[in-house]
Amino acid sequence: MVANNAPPKDPWQMNNKGPPDLNEILEQVTKRINPFLPGGGPKQFTFILLFLLSVAMVWTSIFTVPSDSVAVIQRFGKYVHELPPGLHFKFPFGIDTAKTVPVKRQLKQEFGFNTPGATDEFQSSLNYDSLRETQMVTGDLNAALVEWVVQYRVSDPAKYLFEVREPRDTLRYVSESVMREVVGDRTVDEVITIGRQEIESEALLKMQALSSKYVMGISIDQVQLKNINPPKPVQESFNEVNQAQQEKEKLINEARRDYNSVIPLAMGEKDQRIREADGYRIKRINEAEGDAARFRALFAEYVNAPEVTKRRIYIETMQAVLPNVQTKIIIDEQTSSILPFLNLNASQGEKP
Amino acid sequence: MNTNKVVIAIVFIAALGVILKEALYTVSEVEQVIITQFGKPIGEPVIDAGLNIKIPFVQDVNAIDKRVLEWDGAPSDMPTKDKLYISVDLFARWQIVDPLQYFLRLRDERSAQSRLDDILGSETRNAVAKHELIEIIRTTKNRVPTQSAATDNADADADLTIGVLVPIQKGRKLVEQEIFSAAAKKVQVFGIKLLDIRFKRINYNESVRPKIYERMVSERRQIAERFLSEGKGEAARIRGDRKRDLNKIQSEAYQRVEEIRGLADAKAAEIYAQAYNQNQQSVQLYEFTRTMQSYPSIISGNTTLVLSTQSDLLKFLKDSELEVK
Repeated sequence: MVANNAPPKDPWQMNNKGPPDLNEILEQVTKRINPFLPGGGPKQFTFILLFLLSVAMVWTSIFTVPSDSVAVIQRFGKYVHELPPGLHFKFPFGIDTAKTVPVKRQLKQEFGFNTPGATDEFQSSLNYDSLRETQMVTGDLNAALVEWVVQYRVSDPAKYLFEVREPRDTLRYVSESVMREVVGDRTVDEVITIGRQEIESEALLKMQALSSKYVMGISIDQVQLKNINPPKPVQESFNEVNQAQQEKEKLINEARRDYNSVIPLAMGEKDQRIREADGYRIKRINEAEGDAARFRALFAEYVNAPEVTKRRIYIETMQAVLPNVQTKIIIDEQTSSILPFLNLNASQGEKP
Repeated sequence: MNTNKVVIAIVFIAALGVILKEALYTVSEVEQVIITQFGKPIGEPVIDAGLNIKIPFVQDVNAIDKRVLEWDGAPSDMPTKDKLYISVDLFARWQIVDPLQYFLRLRDERSAQSRLDDILGSETRNAVAKHELIEIIRTTKNRVPTQSAATDNADADADLTIGVLVPIQKGRKLVEQEIFSAAAKKVQVFGIKLLDIRFKRINYNESVRPKIYERMVSERRQIAERFLSEGKGEAARIRGDRKRDLNKIQSEAYQRVEEIRGLADAKAAEIYAQAYNQNQQSVQLYEFTRTMQSYPSIISGNTTLVLSTQSDLLKFLKDSELEVK
């Protein structure tokens, strides 16, 4: 049957078993049943033949479409229509063939790594050459290892089946090519540290553009970058840079700490000294005012009786001062000879 | 006799079935068919999908894919213009547009793929050898990279090679285009249309890698050293700030203090002067009272005071003596 002459690498082989070969089935069935047939007359034989034929017809015309898929119906190989999920009928014996395409399922492809136990054979690269997949050259001619994931869906089953032979392989190629193109336009620092978001969005845009240009019937929803590392032999020196950055911060912080431990204190001390000086100023002026007031008051009285006041002050002062003086020598004008006997040294020796 | 009829009927039906099966054929949506008679193509290729008729037993159906096909080149090592060995991996998309030509020249896809291998392989080599590596790495000519802390050399413009994209003349797109247009012409004769080609992977060859890594390491070291010295420099700057600010604060304090004290002294002097300097008498009184005030501190306990009876204080002492005599 030519209709069954499907292309060699059909992505949905599991869903595309051709209808069973009738002749073969008939032969087998008749062989088995023949010995038990009562009489084995030709009428019964025809009846059984017709019965088996109708069973086979029903068998090959009923099919179900899973809830996440649609079925694409081809009649004699020609595209007819798409059917939604549920139970459906089609023409039997390979006149109609149905291919189910999971249009609602979110599919993904992994690059540079693979989640173990994935059921989708297109999820990661077939030959698992994950290292080759990740190696990229950046725009400043450095090397980087990039891992990423592409999330996509089948958006147009007819295009997906009929336009491109290997849409999912092609998507892999497109994804690898675009990612390298985007990374190739960036410096290694952008790729590894600061430019991730930008790379994701630019790669997504470019992949979407290519997938619509290639009419693959696939819509790409997301591009996510996973691990991005410098190559193994260089990794250590990248760490060194990070350490140096930390060290730099540390040195600066230490210097700041020294600064902070001294300067605010000095500011406080400055204020203290200024305030003390201010205190001195207030004290000095107040005292001066006081002294001046006292003097003025005294002076007012003094002007009235200068001689008496002067004398009084003199005597009062003497009265206050002299009692403390231990050695008092009172001499007369005439008896001037007393001075030579005065033992100046002795009185000096008494000093504590 | 009844049995005979049945047998004849069965044989007839079977024969009819076989003939129908040989005469009818379907063309799928994804293929086009060339009918051959004893190996020789007959008529126009059948392009539309559906059920068709041919002469049974004599003619054969040759299905040829109608879809866009992929070509995935094996990675191969080649030198660039700047003598760097790189491994290049290409993919292309192609379609059989002239099935008859294709059928006559190539027969099957395997030979088509191997032709593509040859043609694209050599065109790639040619194009890569004509260009420097960066031309097939980069695409956009005037993209300015964003700077990270590691590459931001605002205060050290000595290292201009780190964090800078190597300039290009053409870029990846144009090189791809060159390969494409050269190869597209060559595959035309096979009834094949090349849709496009793209670089899939471009990597340094194993032999070049150590050198590249060395350069990367030295670049990183450079950055690390710069960070360290930046740190030290900034710390030194802060220490300088500390000393400067400390001196500034302390000297400002000294200045303010002396100013305030000076003003205070001046003010006090003014007040005193105003009070004491009213006239001759007030000056005398001040002198007198101030002298008197100073006596208690000048004359202390162990001072030997020699007083004359002539003094104001004791003059009466002598007079009374006279009276006693």
